[in-house]
Amino acid sequence: MSQSTASRTVAGRSTTPPGGGPRRRKHPLLGKNPFGLLLSAPYLIFVLAVFAYPLVFAFWMSFHDYFFAAPGAAVDRPFVGLDNFREVLADPAIIRSFGNVGVFLLINVPLTVILSLMLATALNKAVRFRTFLRVAYYVPYVTASVAVVGVWIFLFSGNGLVNQILGPLAPDPAWLINEDWAMPTIAIFVTWKGLGFFILLYLAALQNVSEELYEAASTDGAGRIRSFFSVTVPGVRPATVLVLLLSTVTGANLFTEPYLLTGGGGPNGASSSPVLMMYQRGIEQGSPDTAAAIGVILVIGVLILAFIQRKLAGGDES
Amino acid sequence: MHSNGMAKRILTVTAASATVALALSACASGGTTGDAATNRGPITIWYSNNETEIAWGKQMVEAWNAENPDEKVKAQEIPAGKSSEEVIGAAITAGNAPCLVFNTAPVAVPQFEKQGGLVDLSSFEDGAAYIEARSGDTAEQYQGADAKYFQMPWKSNPVMIFYNKDMFTAAGLDAENPQLATYDEFLATSRTLVESGAAPNAIYPAPTSQFFQSWFDFYPLYAAETGGTQLIEDGEATFNDEDGAKVAEFWKTLYAEGLAGKEQYQGDSFADGQAAMSIVGPWAVSVYKDAVNWGAVPVPTSEGTPAEETYTFSDAKNVGMFTACENQATAWDVLKFATSEDQDGQLLELTGQMPLREDLPTVYPEYFAANPAYEQFGDQASRMVEVPNVSSSVAAWQAFRDAYTKSVITGEGEIPAALDSAAEKIKTLISKP
Repeated sequence: MSQSTASRTVAGRSTTPPGGGPRRRKHPLLGKNPFGLLLSAPYLIFVLAVFAYPLVFAFWMSFHDYFFAAPGAAVDRPFVGLDNFREVLADPAIIRSFGNVGVFLLINVPLTVILSLMLATALNKAVRFRTFLRVAYYVPYVTASVAVVGVWIFLFSGNGLVNQILGPLAPDPAWLINEDWAMPTIAIFVTWKGLGFFILLYLAALQNVSEELYEAASTDGAGRIRSFFSVTVPGVRPATVLVLLLSTVTGANLFTEPYLLTGGGGPNGASSSPVLMMYQRGIEQGSPDTAAAIGVILVIGVLILAFIQRKLAGGDES
Repeated sequence: MHSNGMAKRILTVTAASATVALALSACASGGTTGDAATNRGPITIWYSNNETEIAWGKQMVEAWNAENPDEKVKAQEIPAGKSSEEVIGAAITAGNAPCLVFNTAPVAVPQFEKQGGLVDLSSFEDGAAYIEARSGDTAEQYQGADAKYFQMPWKSNPVMIFYNKDMFTAAGLDAENPQLATYDEFLATSRTLVESGAAPNAIYPAPTSQFFQSWFDFYPLYAAETGGTQLIEDGEATFNDEDGAKVAEFWKTLYAEGLAGKEQYQGDSFADGQAAMSIVGPWAVSVYKDAVNWGAVPVPTSEGTPAEETYTFSDAKNVGMFTACENQATAWDVLKFATSEDQDGQLLELTGQMPLREDLPTVYPEYFAANPAYEQFGDQASRMVEVPNVSSSVAAWQAFRDAYTKSVITGEGEIPAALDSAAEKIKTLISKP
């Protein structure tokens, strides 16, 4: 039933004025609840100022010869069409950074979904040390990357703990200066660091999976593994879609780790990311127009990925 | 239809939000007035956040304020950020840059100038004359297009090879007369240091990809090898020649033989005993004083250039005056006061860094007599090379660094081809307006 129909039949009474046809309802400029608009205005302004305006501005910048200038400085910012995009797409270093982040997402996203679901399920069942374990997984998430990066450099350096354990199996050159291993190492680092947050999401979702479903599955002869795949996994599907989307979006924005862990996207650009390239071009080198073009391509790429994920993971059902 | 009402509401809210946003941006806008160049009054300055420069800055401001109660200087450390250059760039864009920044990196000056953020110091009546009288021929390296000065050459940290005397002795080397003048000597000494177990690495410049790292490995040696050539001169890259290849091959050998660390080191490898040598400037004298038994020699060249003829990289920091300053006449006077002979002497005394002043050792003979550790830096300060003052300077250095890390540190490909490729890329970059 449409709202207009409902409004005409409230409490079974006709709202049509006697002796006349249906009167067109007037809508005040600020709607039926102007106070609600007032309450939501601060957040709306926040969204417009912090997200919408920069996004639109970045899109505009990407089509102009733009650089940051002092207020009042006379500068020419001509429309350049697709020039910035052509420059970006012709730069092997930038193309490589997109490939790198693709590798990163291929490792990080599935690993995040699988590990966080498995660990959340285990934590949900654990009776002893439950709180300690939840805190333990969450600590890396709330610890500053700058602090943790130092530990990982120590662990994964040539003489680090990991190589000492691996002995002759250790890669040469070491992990973070090895073109084949630098990005996978970063992906594992980011997975480990963010796991606590995604475990929490799954833990919350697991509380909504009815115990009766597990009992019914058990009655039908399902073991633990069968119950996991037939009850838990479908039961937390909305959370899985959320984890997929969030890990993809945060992963595509990878910056801190290549900036700090591999000293600026090394070795030889093997761990550079599009956002690191945006930082270099836009902030360090004073070319925010090409940086904006990289950003627009990245946003489009992430939107396509998110759309595919929603389709494949059944996000519409959530 | 509801959509019509909804559209009106969205329009109203958007208009209101836009009004707020415009109001906010108007608040943020600053800019100079037409009288700014001749105005006098209070000004704000920023200085570096290291302990010794804070001490210098505070006494300088105190001395100025005591004599100029109507034109007081308010000073603060540069706000925290990933780098000073980013903070200053953001302040220029926001229109709230201070009048003077006593930590302006020469590499960022062309960018700040393009942003319309810097005042041309030559526009002051005695601007160019004052700079050139103080810094002599060195001042030329800090000129922009049309011989304008958008920066005041202030202080340098001419880099040299610091070496750990105890490690040299442990390796059986002569610590008082280290054999480090030629590439062959340097390599032989490095091999002895590492093979003897006296040092894990002979030298450990940061092997990372940031654009500025080449200032502390390739560039000082290139300056020395060429007798003072900048990376870019007359619109062309200079390094893709025999001299550039020699320097790059020297470093490549150090990395290939495991004499220089290829991994990023967290901390100071020289102070931590991870390397027997380091390329640093005189700021390090006070830092290493109690940590390392050190000595210093000029950077090596292929043929072993005499110390008194060896060039190096300046690692200078200058002073910029920003267009957001409303009292530029006062700012210019403060700038001259802060770079006076007396204040330069204070800078030398308090920080150990070399004022960019002509004939430094003869201007402050008492200081160098009392502090012999700084004497060779004072002498070295007369033979320094600055980063080239060109547009897209940072992008050019990044292009060079990318080629260098690949061909020298990782050892992939041939060095001449890598240098040619970087030179071609730099030519394109600096030709952009």
